[in-house]
Amino acid sequence: MGLNISFISGLFRRICALVMLSALLSACAGTPDSNGINDPFEPTNRKIHAFNKGVDRALVGPASKGYGVVPEPLKRAVGNVADTLDIPGDIANNLLQFRLVAAAENTLRLGVNLTFGLAGTIDVSSELGLQGKPTDFGETLHVWGVGEGPYVELPLAGPSTARDTVGMLADLALNPVRLALPTKEANAATILKLFSRLGDRDRFSDTVDSLLYESADSYAQARLLYLQNRRFQLGKGTGTAPADGSGDDGFIDPYADAPSDDGFIDPYEDPYAQ
Amino acid sequence: MPSDLTLSRRRFAAGLATAAALATLPLPALALTADAAKSLVDKTVADINSIINSGKSEGAMLKDFEKLFTRYADVPAIARSVLGTAARSASKAQLSAYTKAFQGYISRKYGRRFREFIGGRIDVAEAKAVKSYFEVISTARLQGETPFEVRWHVSDKSGKSLFFNIIIEGVNMLASERTEMGALLDQRGGDLDRLIADLKSI
Repeated sequence: MGLNISFISGLFRRICALVMLSALLSACAGTPDSNGINDPFEPTNRKIHAFNKGVDRALVGPASKGYGVVPEPLKRAVGNVADTLDIPGDIANNLLQFRLVAAAENTLRLGVNLTFGLAGTIDVSSELGLQGKPTDFGETLHVWGVGEGPYVELPLAGPSTARDTVGMLADLALNPVRLALPTKEANAATILKLFSRLGDRDRFSDTVDSLLYESADSYAQARLLYLQNRRFQLGKGTGTAPADGSGDDGFIDPYADAPSDDGFIDPYEDPYAQ
Repeated sequence: MPSDLTLSRRRFAAGLATAAALATLPLPALALTADAAKSLVDKTVADINSIINSGKSEGAMLKDFEKLFTRYADVPAIARSVLGTAARSASKAQLSAYTKAFQGYISRKYGRRFREFIGGRIDVAEAKAVKSYFEVISTARLQGETPFEVRWHVSDKSGKSLFFNIIIEGVNMLASERTEMGALLDQRGGDLDRLIADLKSI
């Protein structure tokens, strides 16, 4: 394996560059409005959204319907292997987040699924109640104190934020599985991942279809859904962080910024006062 | 308990004062209402399950969902909140027509998704007082899905314990419906009467 000092210092330099880049991005534009939305690039984002919708309508949606006819056990196996291939990246991020308990849990999950789960085809861990703790470099940046930055909708990849976009690029570039596997196997892993995504699109087709094609403003709905769910995920992680991670003074509580972030909307604020 | 059951005016006044004093002591009163909030959600979940398992036609089920929604949710408050600032300039008649249309719209929208709940269950874990409302935390366990969190916001400001918001994995129903209703109203040039008419068929 090529894990020598120069590799590690190169990796370290790349991570530093990414952190600086995302800190810059997240600081560069605007503050959230009263709904907790910071979207200075809305006109561009809306164009990309229209493009993504077109791709979904013409390609991804129909392809996922086609993939939907594959027998359920096979689809499940593909999804499970794709999830298992993500675990090494999750563990690396857990470590970078100083979340040692989550890292240990994911390591155990990886071990159980690779052995008893027949090379990751069966998700034995979840059956045993050991649910995954999926994470990403966007969350790592969050733990390190990088703000979410402006909302962006990415071509093909969909809703994101400046911070999460940097995180996604980092996860692609630094994925341990990609780095460890020979090119051919790494590409096979990527293809498997794409099929797993198609499976997800099919499994959640009611939700995705109602969001994209039945809402009056699918762009605004997708943006709200992404931001709320992402903040919820990140906040949940903070709640279960081990004590050794809380000493980090760069930590930003995503719920402290916007008052509406606790999910509470008071429908009584006006009507009963009439 | 006094053995004399005739309630003197003075004793009644004293009773009121005691009740008022008790109301300012948050703990015992809140514990009771938190239980009430929890049992409201328990009942809602039980009724959802019995509708899903009733074996009725989809149309009949959607009607049942609407009844359930009006029984357990504060529909007028939700409808008004979802309409946002437009509710302030609406007439009383418009507001009540809108509320009725909204009630059908929201029941159909969420009721149509009932298939996803077949064979699943929602476990209600705990209820706690937050600011001026109660939050009930539950876990939805649907078939083949990772369990996810559903939070219910319950208030008695309408005079009854009713829920006014549902938050699924951080995604807020009131916020999402506000966005939707705002967009629907914009598409109709802000014409509330047209929105009311159209809501009946959405």
